[in-house]
Amino acid sequence: MREHSAAELRALIALHRRGDVLFAALGILALGIAAFAFAALFFDMLVSGAPRLSWQFLTGFPSRHADQAGILSALVGSALVMLVTAAVAVPLGVAAGVYLEEYARRGWLADLIEINITNLAGVPSIVYGLLALGLFVQQFGLGQSIAAAGLTLALLILPVVIVATREAIRTIPQGIREGAYALGATRWQMVSGHILPYSSPGILTGIIIGLARAIGETAPVITIGALTFIALLPPAPVTPEFPWLSFEWLRSPFTVMPIQIFNWTSRPQAAFHANAAAAGLVLVLMTLAMNGLAIWLRHRLRARMRW
Amino acid sequence: MPALSLATAVETRAGAAPSAPKAEARGLSFYYGEFRALKDLSLVVHEHRVTALIGPSGCGKSTFLRCFNRMHDLYPGNRYEGEIRLYPDDANLLAPQVDPIEVRMRLSMVFQKPNPFPKSIFENVAYGLRVRGERSRRALEDKVEAALRGAALWNEVKDRLAQPAFNLSGGQQQRLCIARALATDPELLLFDEPTSALDPIATTSIEELIAELKKRVTVLIVTHNMQQAARVSDYTAYMYLGELIEFGRTDELFIKPRHKQTEDYITGRFG
Repeated sequence: MREHSAAELRALIALHRRGDVLFAALGILALGIAAFAFAALFFDMLVSGAPRLSWQFLTGFPSRHADQAGILSALVGSALVMLVTAAVAVPLGVAAGVYLEEYARRGWLADLIEINITNLAGVPSIVYGLLALGLFVQQFGLGQSIAAAGLTLALLILPVVIVATREAIRTIPQGIREGAYALGATRWQMVSGHILPYSSPGILTGIIIGLARAIGETAPVITIGALTFIALLPPAPVTPEFPWLSFEWLRSPFTVMPIQIFNWTSRPQAAFHANAAAAGLVLVLMTLAMNGLAIWLRHRLRARMRW
Repeated sequence: MPALSLATAVETRAGAAPSAPKAEARGLSFYYGEFRALKDLSLVVHEHRVTALIGPSGCGKSTFLRCFNRMHDLYPGNRYEGEIRLYPDDANLLAPQVDPIEVRMRLSMVFQKPNPFPKSIFENVAYGLRVRGERSRRALEDKVEAALRGAALWNEVKDRLAQPAFNLSGGQQQRLCIARALATDPELLLFDEPTSALDPIATTSIEELIAELKKRVTVLIVTHNMQQAARVSDYTAYMYLGELIEFGRTDELFIKPRHKQTEDYITGRFG
């Protein structure tokens, strides 16, 4: 004899379905709150900042007159600092992640490093700023430069890149590694030919999340002494004379977008507040563009891989 | 001679006495998007008998099996045509108004690769009962034991029910999955190539188990192994390219197939 009649079964399912409906409603609500908060913020910035957006705003230097002020130095500063951050954090972070997953022997040392990396991701950014002030700015004599800021933000996002790299590598089935080894591949041939390409979508996501966080960081950059008013650009990286490349810009003083925004919001005049909103809009659009790029790249890379 | 050994395998078993139909496919077609994977299948699954689906890779036998518990509903773009009736209540399992969850509560499935949950042995078997709202510890323990006995696993695991299921060997894991499927007292048990990931000894124990199980439950099994079909089943359906070529009593189908194509396949000339 069956335990449940058809009618009982249907009643049971109807009861259980309530959980489905409840969770779906909760999920939509949560999504709605998140989407609404962002939309409200974005709309607010759009309303007060959009009238200020113009070519002149993007290509002008800061000014005492709100209507003549622009964000060129902050825009270039942010771009150059991000360049340094990515150039340092990506190779270091990916190499560390690959080493920990594929090379390091399991043991107390690996465990210790793992705990440290996970904890580093939770350290407040101002602490990185203090560390950088003592180490990069003073000890290494880098001064209040783009190089110091780039290195500081690289440290800040290093744990994110390492953790993302390790997670991406862990999703690769063991059979792939054994398949490569069985054909006589060395560990590095296996890593470079299989592990890195197959984990690249996940690693890329980690890098972009890290960089998107770095571009909005204010506290550590203030700590190491970014200027709030700077009316000149760093020296160009390309020169007309031999050797045609110059790294002078690394030692140049700078400002970045979040500091420019912070500076304008702290002014009493309402006109500067509009400038801050417009700059905020540009910063959000930059972050969105980075995320969009990441999604597109991930999509392209994943399309070629299935297991 | 493969044909001879198949015939021997069939003849050593008592022929299937007729029994009432448990399920019946009527004019069943199935579409993955535009692709018509099953073409107008009709077949009767007899109660307390083992029915085997055989055929070369890609012939649609797994697709057919997964129609019975509406697994195709999980993915978008899939479409059924026709009916699968489940007796004695004569309900069409594929009717749009029939809840696939209700169908899955009445039918159980065992998959190709053992797929135990990363939980304890006990929790694996108890899960289906918990899904049905069973909370009493006593009832759970009784039913888990009965299911594990039914899957011929009780004696091997009774002292370590709290241990992770992944500590079991491949064959034991598959019997655990059978116990999990049995615990909910299904009307029809679906097997999708249940021994293809197992060694010959584990395969033998699963086959013996299936022969034992049919006393309690109706079995529909997909297999790529003709010897297995000959050994365990009472009825066999030969499928090719989404069509049902031949269906009948296993002894008849293996000893004197009506279609040339079936004969070529079971004698190993093709497939």
